[in-house]
Amino acid sequence: MSSKEITGAEILLECLKKEKVDTIFAYPGGVVLKIFDVLYEQKDIRYILPRHEQGAIHAADGYARSTGKVGVALVTSGPGATNTVTGIATAYMDSIPIVVFTGQVPTALIGNDAFQEADIVGITRPCTKYNFLVKDVKDLAQTVKEAFFIASTGRPGPVLIDLPRDVVTNKAEFHYPEKVKIRSYNPTVEGNKRQIKQAADAIAAAKKPVCYIGGGVILANAADQIKEFAEITKIPVTHTLMGIGGFPGTHPLSLGMLGMHGTYYANMSIHNSDLIIAIGARFDDRVTGKVEGFAPEAKIIHIDVDPTSIRKNVRVDIPVVGDVKHVMTELNKELRASKEPWDAIRKHWLKQIDAWREERPLSYEHDDEVIKPQFVIEKLYEVTGGDAIIVTDVGQHQMWAAQFYKYDKPRMWCTSGGLGTMGYGFPAAMGAKVAHPNKHVFSISGDGSIQMNIQELATCVENNIPVKVIILNNRYLGMVRQWQELFYQERYSSVDLGSVPDFVKVAEAYSAVGLRATKPEEVVPVLKEAMKINRMVFMDFVVARYEKVFPMVPAGAAIHEMIFGEEKKKEEKKLKVVK
Amino acid sequence: MKHIISVLVENKFGVLSRVSGLFSGRGFNIETISIGPTLDPSISQMTIVTTGDERILEQIIKQLNKLIDVIKVTDFADKEFVEREMCLIKINAPLDLRSEALRIADIFRARVVDSTQKSYTFQLTGDEKKINAFVELLQPMGIKEIVRTGKVAITRD
Repeated sequence: MSSKEITGAEILLECLKKEKVDTIFAYPGGVVLKIFDVLYEQKDIRYILPRHEQGAIHAADGYARSTGKVGVALVTSGPGATNTVTGIATAYMDSIPIVVFTGQVPTALIGNDAFQEADIVGITRPCTKYNFLVKDVKDLAQTVKEAFFIASTGRPGPVLIDLPRDVVTNKAEFHYPEKVKIRSYNPTVEGNKRQIKQAADAIAAAKKPVCYIGGGVILANAADQIKEFAEITKIPVTHTLMGIGGFPGTHPLSLGMLGMHGTYYANMSIHNSDLIIAIGARFDDRVTGKVEGFAPEAKIIHIDVDPTSIRKNVRVDIPVVGDVKHVMTELNKELRASKEPWDAIRKHWLKQIDAWREERPLSYEHDDEVIKPQFVIEKLYEVTGGDAIIVTDVGQHQMWAAQFYKYDKPRMWCTSGGLGTMGYGFPAAMGAKVAHPNKHVFSISGDGSIQMNIQELATCVENNIPVKVIILNNRYLGMVRQWQELFYQERYSSVDLGSVPDFVKVAEAYSAVGLRATKPEEVVPVLKEAMKINRMVFMDFVVARYEKVFPMVPAGAAIHEMIFGEEKKKEEKKLKVVK
Repeated sequence: MKHIISVLVENKFGVLSRVSGLFSGRGFNIETISIGPTLDPSISQMTIVTTGDERILEQIIKQLNKLIDVIKVTDFADKEFVEREMCLIKINAPLDLRSEALRIADIFRARVVDSTQKSYTFQLTGDEKKINAFVELLQPMGIKEIVRTGKVAITRD
């Protein structure tokens, strides 16, 4: 054996250094002991021990979303590996670049139902962009290189590498390839010139265009190009839940979010438009409502790096496959050169949109005695000045956080959009805070969601990761309850969380800080106090129990067929009295 | 509508599962699938027969292309091609039926590949129609077992 040979564990560490990984979220176990032994004696990579493997993956995901870099997690075989599945599926649905290393039983035992064996490559095949089982330590470095390349290019996504124990302990020489070429993987970057020209012509000809942006804009770091596009053409911009921050929320051309809980004016604009420019978005069912009724008059331009997104759910007139940043740069060039009198062309359309804005702005009814959850979000925006990373869980609070906080920059918003994973928020916020120690990171949760990964309190306290968790506590699974109220004749099955724990005491039990607000006037002081303390904080906001998210497009309706709060107001008052 | 798609893939373990998983996960149909080596030992070739309208076929082809291990996808819909399937059929062949069975086999140019006192096994190659017709004619004699390869297809120059 040559003296230059090192163990697989050491090779892995060298690979991570070459990929400029500074932090990994890692939970140990039998077959990965050797890797943890190597981590123990180095200082280049911070390795953080979460309290559950799901937390590790969400943390890596939050790290990736807030930075644009690849997030990394390491877990052991069997249950360690299977615990990562929800986190991986979450990242897959939202196209988030993470690399997950799982331990595996020794190659000789694979398939023998060995202790802590799980076929994690088989299990995660449909929810990873790609996955690998490394069978020989000599292939390890090349595999890691390919994994980071696949995870971060084209339409990004999670990649999993399964590492049998002997691959980690065996030795080989370390060579890290400078470049990687995979003959069967060549994502399209440049958009087709003719298609871009066609798109520019259609934009110039349109009377009532709307730009609809999704998470692809964030992933491609193309927010500047979108702003330029909107400002050249005076086209209003609506965003999906994933596209938040892709265009400044405070910009006069911003329509806010569209879709099921989108704004009235965004949905009306889409419905009445004659041209939709969809950028890095995929016409999810939460966006389109009833597909047959979606934007009946509109031509559709669809710009996306993933050809499978195009024409999957809706007909598309002008498809452009390519990296959003590249395509938008080219498209902006064309549009600037065309010298159309954009202001004059757009005047009528923008006036109509302003009328819709005035007709039904986003609103809620303030209450002097009970805290309205929307009020907390509004105040959070005021107190932070919009300069904080906001991470959410899934449910009503997620929608309010999307509606009542204004996001002006990309990567300041992390949420599980596609999979809708309750329990995502807190560990993802932990990952974002690790990546941004000097930024305020708030996790907005409900009392249901926070209980799904509450164990990460220990991680945050232990590693001094001061995440500020807002719990909008209505003692209900509020979104499910809302559906039951509206569509299941108020038959509230399994949604009353009744005896939720005392979150202040829970925080204190973990040596974190617990704060509580029960009246509207206590909201701002609690938020300010939390911002002042450089420690892990839980804020328990006891909010109105029966508040609902509006506007709402009921399932199966077209997106202009929204329902609003007023119709139910009387009933709500009645319920309050009963309470 | 029925479509034949030819797919060149990396010859690695797990690739078949990625392809079949794609079909099952997205609710696409596989009627037949056949896989074999190519001249390049690192590449395998799959011939998949599937059904679906134009939109579904477009998705199938795009989704196949998206799989990391897929090198090339060819849709035969707009191409001239030759398709063949091979089939082994074991039938009851008692004394009184043996010559009739051989006569039918002769008409279809099927070959006898195994013969016992009570049975014949025929090998037949052809397109789907021909094989179905052969099977139909043999049915009254009693088919004991039938094994079909699924289609393979090649474009014409």
